[in-house]
Amino acid sequence: MTLPAADTVMRIRGLVTRFAGHLVHDGVDLDVYRGEVLGVVGASGSGKSVLLKAVVGLVEPSAGHIEVLGHDIDALSERERIALQARCGVLFQDGALFSSLTVAQNVAVPLVEHTDLPRTLIDEVVRVKIAMVGLPAEAALKYPSELSGGMRKRAGLARALALDPEILLLDEPTAGLDPIGAAAFDQLIGSLQHGLGLTVFMVTHDLDSLAAICDRIAVLNERKLLVGTLDSLQQVPNPWIRDYFGGPRGRAALGTGA
Amino acid sequence: MSEQQDWLVSVSDSGTQVLAASGGWTLAGAGSLATILNGFRPDPQRAQKIRLDLSRLDALDTVGALLLRQFRDRMTLEGLSVLIVNVRPEHIALIDAVWRAADSEPVAPPKRRPLADAIENAGRASIKALHSSVELISYFGLVITTLARVLIHPKRLRFTALVYHMDHTGLRCLPILGLLSFLIGVVLAYQGAEQLRRLAAEIYVVNLLGLSILREIGILITAIIVAGRSGSAFTAQIGTMKVNQEIDAMRTIGLDPIEMLVVPRILALMLVMPLLTFFANMIALFGGATMSYILLDINFYQFVNQMRIPIDFWDATVALIKAPVFALVIGMVGCYEGLLVSGSAESVGLRTTKSVVESIFLVIVLNAFFSVLFQIIHI
Repeated sequence: MTLPAADTVMRIRGLVTRFAGHLVHDGVDLDVYRGEVLGVVGASGSGKSVLLKAVVGLVEPSAGHIEVLGHDIDALSERERIALQARCGVLFQDGALFSSLTVAQNVAVPLVEHTDLPRTLIDEVVRVKIAMVGLPAEAALKYPSELSGGMRKRAGLARALALDPEILLLDEPTAGLDPIGAAAFDQLIGSLQHGLGLTVFMVTHDLDSLAAICDRIAVLNERKLLVGTLDSLQQVPNPWIRDYFGGPRGRAALGTGA
Repeated sequence: MSEQQDWLVSVSDSGTQVLAASGGWTLAGAGSLATILNGFRPDPQRAQKIRLDLSRLDALDTVGALLLRQFRDRMTLEGLSVLIVNVRPEHIALIDAVWRAADSEPVAPPKRRPLADAIENAGRASIKALHSSVELISYFGLVITTLARVLIHPKRLRFTALVYHMDHTGLRCLPILGLLSFLIGVVLAYQGAEQLRRLAAEIYVVNLLGLSILREIGILITAIIVAGRSGSAFTAQIGTMKVNQEIDAMRTIGLDPIEMLVVPRILALMLVMPLLTFFANMIALFGGATMSYILLDINFYQFVNQMRIPIDFWDATVALIKAPVFALVIGMVGCYEGLLVSGSAESVGLRTTKSVVESIFLVIVLNAFFSVLFQIIHI
């Protein structure tokens, strides 16, 4: 199968989502290109997480099309949808690990369910994934409740990466982490993205993450999406965007000084 | 995609053994690929070295990179040196990342020692049981003193919460309680009629129904339904608040969670339970009377008249004495288990189950205790 020149892995056209009469997105268009890190920002409650959920099929859009890896997700059968979901890894806000399973068992779940690998190989793959996300080997035998927030996120990331997805979707990966932990997590995502050739779709609040690893930024404002680079967005004459990047935190993160 | 055999091809055999990896070394075919790699035996004639050429590798993912590493490690262990050559530029970072991760030492799960573990677990469980009974007693004391304080200073009573819980545990319980009580009455009358008819003593069905329902069955069915319905709800509600740190928040604001959450619930249950018991008794008797009319042709007037013979004042009221005590137990256990919830959502489910089982157990034990007590004091 030949792909178009600017290899688009995700294409959203005219997306409208509505919750109990409340309009969340009104005609959102977005292209995500292979190998890039796209950061999605927006005010609290602007529907960033809903956008992520719509992409992975957890939320039914009221109108519009979402194409992931060349498949329209509305047109898929249940079986095709599951196959497509295996190619997208999702990290939820607090890891969303299964609390009754150890970290190793959590990471093994997608491998056990979706592949026919021998058990010994699964154990090896799990060990490597856990090491790749920077967790100590002892963490494998622990339960999610015994881990810190940052470790839970790393474990969730290992589970999201279990099936070697092409697209990695992250919901506020650095929220709730201390600055050092957040910076380390950014670095981890950057290096995994580079090493595994991932496309990353990242919902975030964190200006440092945007500056550190994102190639392009999509701003969700007034139910619409504005896409650009860090530099180009700062020229946009939108009050929210100006406040966002021009505020004290924005200036500090972007290193533009006061 | 390539044939299975193409994953590992012997290219030339001059001097060192040269192998070429090709096709896609990915998760999709990893099971078969692992079998092929594990089945590979080096040529014993000439092989001291293996050159593995990766230039024809179309696709590689972490599983493929891991298998590559395992293959190399196994060959090294067999005394061969493996040289990996012509790695495609897009695979370098991936192989590097996976191999570095694979360097981590695996941790073995702790060894099982059947006998020692059993003894250790028994010890831990006993100490835990001791601690939890001490805790339970101190919790009991805390609730009673708080309850007393609220009763002395009625202004401290959360009246809205009290009415809310009376509505939820009382009024909304009526339909299911009524239906089940009616059915129990019907079944008792039916079974009693079958047996007593053989002695031509059908009328004694009334005595049987009256005594068993008023003294034991009405209150038990009520307590069991309330434990399953309201006791579990108490645990789940308070447990979820605990998970959300709402209880901690209350404490920091200077609110007493026992006074805010536990007292209104227990008090509501204690007020409502006698009413529910009375309701259940009446409906169960009505069910029995209906069945007696259908099966034995005893009309309601005869039924009530016959009832007055064996039933004295105490028979009609013992259930109402037991009701607040059972309510206290169910409410206490429900709230206590809720407060013990820790951390996870799983814990809420676990505690809810425990709360229902414990409160039903305690109700039945207490009921037996009451039967003996009432026997001794002749009421």
